[in-house]
Amino acid sequence: MMMSDSKKSVVFHLGFLALLFLLQFILPAYHHGNLARIMVLATYAMGYNILFGYTGLLSLGHAMFFAAGMYGMGLTMTHLGWTAGPGMLAGLLAGGLVSAGIGFLALRTSGVSFMIVTLMFAQAGFLTILYFGEWTRGDEGFVIRQADRVFAGIDLSHPTYRYLAALLLFGICLMLTIRLMQSRFGHVLIAIRENEERTQMLGYDVHFHKWMAVIASGTMAAVAGAAYALLFGYAGATFASVQYSIFPLLWVLLGGAGTALGPFIGTLFMFYLIDLSSSLTTAYMLIAGVALVLLTLFLPQGLVGEWRRKMMPWLT
Amino acid sequence: MTNQPKKILTPRRQVIKGIAAGAALGATSIPLWGRYAQSQSSEPIKIGFQVHRTGIGAAYGRWYDRTTMAAVAKINSEGGINGRQVEIVSEDDGTDPKRGAEVVEKFATQHNTDLAFGTLFSHVVYGSAPRAGELKIPYFVVSEGHHVASGALNRYTMQPGITDVKSQVQAMAPYVASTLGKKVTMIYPDFAFGHDHRDYFSAAIEREGGTVVEKIAIPPTETSFTKYFPKIPRDTEVIYHVMVGPAVLTFVKEMGEFFGSSRPEIFGFIDSLEAVDLSSPGLEFLEGTYFWEGNPRYAQANQSEYDKAYRAAVGVDNNGASVSDSKDVATYAHMFGCWETLHIVKAGMEASGYRGTGDRAKLIEAVEAMTDMPHSHAHPQGAKRFNGKTHQVFGHQYITRVSNGRLELAHTTSIEDTLYPDETDYTTQSF
Repeated sequence: MMMSDSKKSVVFHLGFLALLFLLQFILPAYHHGNLARIMVLATYAMGYNILFGYTGLLSLGHAMFFAAGMYGMGLTMTHLGWTAGPGMLAGLLAGGLVSAGIGFLALRTSGVSFMIVTLMFAQAGFLTILYFGEWTRGDEGFVIRQADRVFAGIDLSHPTYRYLAALLLFGICLMLTIRLMQSRFGHVLIAIRENEERTQMLGYDVHFHKWMAVIASGTMAAVAGAAYALLFGYAGATFASVQYSIFPLLWVLLGGAGTALGPFIGTLFMFYLIDLSSSLTTAYMLIAGVALVLLTLFLPQGLVGEWRRKMMPWLT
Repeated sequence: MTNQPKKILTPRRQVIKGIAAGAALGATSIPLWGRYAQSQSSEPIKIGFQVHRTGIGAAYGRWYDRTTMAAVAKINSEGGINGRQVEIVSEDDGTDPKRGAEVVEKFATQHNTDLAFGTLFSHVVYGSAPRAGELKIPYFVVSEGHHVASGALNRYTMQPGITDVKSQVQAMAPYVASTLGKKVTMIYPDFAFGHDHRDYFSAAIEREGGTVVEKIAIPPTETSFTKYFPKIPRDTEVIYHVMVGPAVLTFVKEMGEFFGSSRPEIFGFIDSLEAVDLSSPGLEFLEGTYFWEGNPRYAQANQSEYDKAYRAAVGVDNNGASVSDSKDVATYAHMFGCWETLHIVKAGMEASGYRGTGDRAKLIEAVEAMTDMPHSHAHPQGAKRFNGKTHQVFGHQYITRVSNGRLELAHTTSIEDTLYPDETDYTTQSF
């Protein structure tokens, strides 16, 4: 019996998660640690991809969502003495609330205005973190103590547990993304990306769907931010700065916008491009820039996008 | 010497066994630490240098690099450490806390360096230190932040080569109050670095019978400062400024235009003007004003033989610029910290009989046991006193006055001026 396209896609991605699980046994320590970090950052990029890749809305302010999760968790743990579990929940809620509020306001605009409005909101968020330096320690940020980074008795600063926690987070968000995009809701988002006017004409509430996409996207980014602080022990305003809004855009473009695995592949590619090129030259961002231009010219759909076009048309 | 990374390989048999066991027991039982290799005692001692080559700290990074290389050349020419040569493995952290943490991981798990060293910017220290503690790699920062002494970090993180901002700021208060004036207006950037100055100096000047009459916080994105100067109260006797970043030239120029020839005394932290030529257009207004310097940029009349030798080794002329380019001004007030830290590493390794990464805890304990460090070729900035409990060093501070475009020494604080009660005791933390 032939598998349906959606089942093929689910099986493929589950196989990919199994590969990531097995990689921990063979990777040298350095790459083991890198992959844990890449999975968390790829989760951030997956959140971005929901809005940009699937819905077609280009945000330049996602760092505020990442930071909302990071600070939602970090501040409640540091100042209220919350443990890791409730802290993560606080990060998730903070991301949900911030994205609901910002989405409500920013979606009154569209196109270039939407980009500028999200950028401005993110800059305001960054300055807010600096302004309340008494609690946030501003640009310096603060450390989340190793003793506090324990969830259900598991020390998340231990490399093995950190890897598994990152994989769990990445796996859940990956499968959620696939499920979402295979649902009617996801189909509407893709329809909005392809032709917003026609979607509206067909009777769908486009504004509501876009708002939900901002909330889903922002909340996933926030969960990644909270997980980053929890797993790597630091929260700082740098993560709310404009460059951390640009990163997920680059990762998604590189990997393939509108593909579930593209954000991971893009993050992985970019990480090692910088890691390797920085040992050769101080102009490593130039190398990254040239690579991006070349990829955009010759692989406009990104690495996974091209892969899907040529070999796996059923890939979500 | 080679900077090629040493690969840490996992034996394939162990991998296959691991996969088999993992299916039954779950991955959590695999001890990752078992994969970490120990360096051999015959190999060079490898020091991971986390350098700000790019990003906002690049000017500091360039001079931290030169100082580090000069210190290593000196140490190696004198026989190295425990008979082993020292090798620097540099990695650019982009002055970014995320990349900083990755660089520390790279030192610990790929390059397998004996320790990590050299970070200046506080946010990079904060971002990197947790990973250093988890990877159990000694992390010697040269940052002047109060992060180490405040107890926010961990037992593996130390700052033995440069004093922290709290001690620097409080040591200025007696001189400011007794010589310049008691009514102070503070102008500082509205983020953590500026807030440290605001809080520590306000408390210190009040202890000296002075008062801060106005606190003017400048948002970090500000590019013009004219609108802030009218906020300075008329009865201000001293302006205390600590601006950083490229806007400092505009700040000084606009302050000069505001006050003209009639101005209060002005005292600033040289952080604003590190790597900046004092003869730059617009800085003429600074003539007659005072600065804190961690180490005087210009060779002074009472220059020690140690400063003379250190200056020559790093390649800095008597005006604080590169001997090969008089426009390439050094970050002289801070970079000595790299030189002194590396000499402390040497002393610590020799005292502990350090042989390899298995002796990292012994190295930490040996440094924690250090106390007084005399003014010497190893400590050309001046004598120091190390506090093993707080992992922070204390030392003399210098106040210089701009005179004919040069910074001339006006006052040297005592070490006692810089001391404050302990805020932590890292020795109670286990390794």
